[in-house]
Amino acid sequence: MADETWKPKILGILCNWCSYAGADLAGGGRIQYPPDVRIVRVMCSGRIDALFVLKCFADGADGVLVSGCHFGDCHYLEGNFKGAKRMFMVKRLMKSIGLDDRRFRMTFVSASEGAKWGKVITDVVTTINELGPSPIKEFNK
Amino acid sequence: MAEKKKASTKKTEAKKQEVKHEAPVKQEAPVKMEAKTQAPAKVPVTTGPKVKPRIGVFICHCGTNIAGSIDIKAVEAYAKTLPYVVHADNYQYICSTPGQKKITDAIKEQKLTGTVVAACSPRLHEPTFRTATKEGGLNPFRFEMANIREQNAWVHMHDKEAATEKAKDAVRIAVAKASLLQDLTPKTVSVEKAAMVVGAGIAGMQAALDLAAAGIKTYLIEKSPSIGGRMSQLDKTFPTLDCSQCILTPKMVDVGRSPNIELMTYCDVESVEGFIGNFDVTIRKKARGVLSMPEAEAKGIVGGGCNGCGDCEPVCPVIKPNPFEMGMKPRKAIYIYHPQVVPLLYTIDWDSCVKCGLCVTACGEKKAIDLEQKDEFVKVKVGTAILATGFDLFPIEKKTEWGYKTYENVVTSLEFERLICASGPTSGHLIRPSDGETPKRVAFVLCAGSRDNAGIGKPYCSRFCCMYSLKHAHQIYEKIPGVASYLFYMDIRSFGKMYEEFYYRIQDEGAKFIRGRVANILEDPATKNLHVYADDTLLNRPVDMEVDLVVLAAAVQPGWDTDRTRKLFGVSCSSDGWLLEAHPKLNPCGTTTAGVFIAGVCQGPKDIPDTVSSAEGAASAASIPIHKGEVELEPYFAMCIEEKCAGCGMCVNLCPYSALALVEKDGRKVMEVTEAKCKGCGTCGGFCPGGAIWMNHFATPQIVAQIDAFFLGGER
Repeated sequence: MADETWKPKILGILCNWCSYAGADLAGGGRIQYPPDVRIVRVMCSGRIDALFVLKCFADGADGVLVSGCHFGDCHYLEGNFKGAKRMFMVKRLMKSIGLDDRRFRMTFVSASEGAKWGKVITDVVTTINELGPSPIKEFNK
Repeated sequence: MAEKKKASTKKTEAKKQEVKHEAPVKQEAPVKMEAKTQAPAKVPVTTGPKVKPRIGVFICHCGTNIAGSIDIKAVEAYAKTLPYVVHADNYQYICSTPGQKKITDAIKEQKLTGTVVAACSPRLHEPTFRTATKEGGLNPFRFEMANIREQNAWVHMHDKEAATEKAKDAVRIAVAKASLLQDLTPKTVSVEKAAMVVGAGIAGMQAALDLAAAGIKTYLIEKSPSIGGRMSQLDKTFPTLDCSQCILTPKMVDVGRSPNIELMTYCDVESVEGFIGNFDVTIRKKARGVLSMPEAEAKGIVGGGCNGCGDCEPVCPVIKPNPFEMGMKPRKAIYIYHPQVVPLLYTIDWDSCVKCGLCVTACGEKKAIDLEQKDEFVKVKVGTAILATGFDLFPIEKKTEWGYKTYENVVTSLEFERLICASGPTSGHLIRPSDGETPKRVAFVLCAGSRDNAGIGKPYCSRFCCMYSLKHAHQIYEKIPGVASYLFYMDIRSFGKMYEEFYYRIQDEGAKFIRGRVANILEDPATKNLHVYADDTLLNRPVDMEVDLVVLAAAVQPGWDTDRTRKLFGVSCSSDGWLLEAHPKLNPCGTTTAGVFIAGVCQGPKDIPDTVSSAEGAASAASIPIHKGEVELEPYFAMCIEEKCAGCGMCVNLCPYSALALVEKDGRKVMEVTEAKCKGCGTCGGFCPGGAIWMNHFATPQIVAQIDAFFLGGER
């Protein structure tokens, strides 16, 4: 199923204040990482509906990354707690439908952690490369 | 995997096409999501007549910043193939005046309904392009940005092909959102004509003085009984050798006297609610046990209250170390730190007070002492706030190899300041703590805990230790004839105005500089002298130096309560705990929380001139919204789509700001948003099981369109 031209399609949904700023900092620092993740920005990781993540997978995503502020550091006090709770639910749901939950990652990257952002992306892309294309793509054919 | 990599590009292309065609059909499968994607028509926003979106895409070269790693022409050609895109253009610098003119002109000529700029981060230039969009005659919120610099060109510098593909995707995602964006109007709120400064060290005092001088009522909150902060503990200041207290006390007196400053010492910030312009802050007035004169008068004690006479102090039977003197001088359970405190008010240390009542008797008719006083809570409303929470010394005893707190004659730089200070515990006679003798050989250990990646210490440079250690060396030459000083250093960082000249002066005075980090310090148990072991990296030989006193120039770290305070105000910190500025270069006093600013060392190590500059900068920034009188808030608030709301009330509990409530409407319960309280995080919208919450500018259909645009190739 994996062909020569297969490149993972991964979407990162980031909060504006910590992770998006951290990703910007990685850019300023010219930290090089694999180019396979696209970004959608929301104000808070609490905004991220579990259905957004499932929609990604339904659309054939090979991987999804959600990243917010560290606990206790949320720009909106506790939005990231509430978002994270939902994201762990998504992970459980993925397991129960037989979709490898390593395809979905929730991370916490602060606005000062540019280097960490590079590591997170590298790690996510490596994981997805190991897992190969999403089985849902086959299903969608 | 390798043998499977045979299918050609064609196949992928074919697959893409296939998916594109399927897309609209497939969307019917997830029922709830489908319902949400259709929302715009039903949303309680006036969108005007439904017109087919006309999107203009503008791609920035940013010199070679972007064009060096991304094929701009290819991205532009691709953009023209995207749905709703009627205009695509590129320019060297879109943020320049001619670049912005391209946007405004295109909006008018092409009758655009939305604009997309593919350039740097929206955190940098979103306001610029929103303004340009507005000047073109569109609502500024009909603009969307594709970040192809920070999150693309700069991080994929050596893979132009992949970076170009990523840029195309980013533009496609942005176009998908731009075609669904709506007109929004920023909320305008009035700004309370008052400010708050937390921390009354030199930074906080300077900020408060500036705000007060600008005619703004300022609440200056200080956790300890007196203002002055760390600077009041210092003896001299480099490189001018001004007496620290002499230049500080006039400011302290000014603060105490200014009619616009409400000084609140021995107080903590308890809670913060609200937003820029309208912060409701609750302050805990810790029970001092002593009434000030106005407080006494309010209680009907005529002519009473503490006048600082000090009659209570001698009768107090409890003796404790004075933290102001780094524990090297005693104080009583009822105390002032030093004679120049502002305000001149005694304070009771409840942890050590035995409530014998002798002080009450000594105070007599003034009736200033209240042993039963309780903490009080005061609420104030301010428009802006400045955090100036300062620093503590790194607990250098953690570096056990240097023997601090094990060997009596190893002291920190702050203890040295008190020992050499004329108003200190020894009246300025530098002594060895072990025997009270005057030291004849003194070693200074620089970078003690700073620039230390070994795990225990701090990785950063504490910035002012080099200079004060040079000053310390000068001070002992001044006070002790025939003394020898040895400075163990890694690099001498004398970067400020007249600092390098000061360094030469100290060299000329005879200080010996040994380049090498001190490996360990051992005490001779008989003489209590210390052996300093280091490697002289210039002469490449080991050093064993016997000295009488060792001064550790300990690293600095954020004040112990900084973390608690910053969380109350919603300010982030970097990994080492220093408060995070909005932009490290262009907005060093601002934070990501609108209306909250930072000043002084809490942002990162600074010497006094830099601290004062940053305080004045923060004061200026904090006064702008107050003088303007009103601020615009981004209209990202939540709205209820009432026909979808089932009135379950889950969102009400989720809201961090209590902005949502259930109300009765047409005989059923629906959610209602208090716009003034909503900050637009979207935590409610991310949860609502019925998809009944519309988040302005980050609405579910808009986000789903972005997701679909990426995975399904733009067809919706």
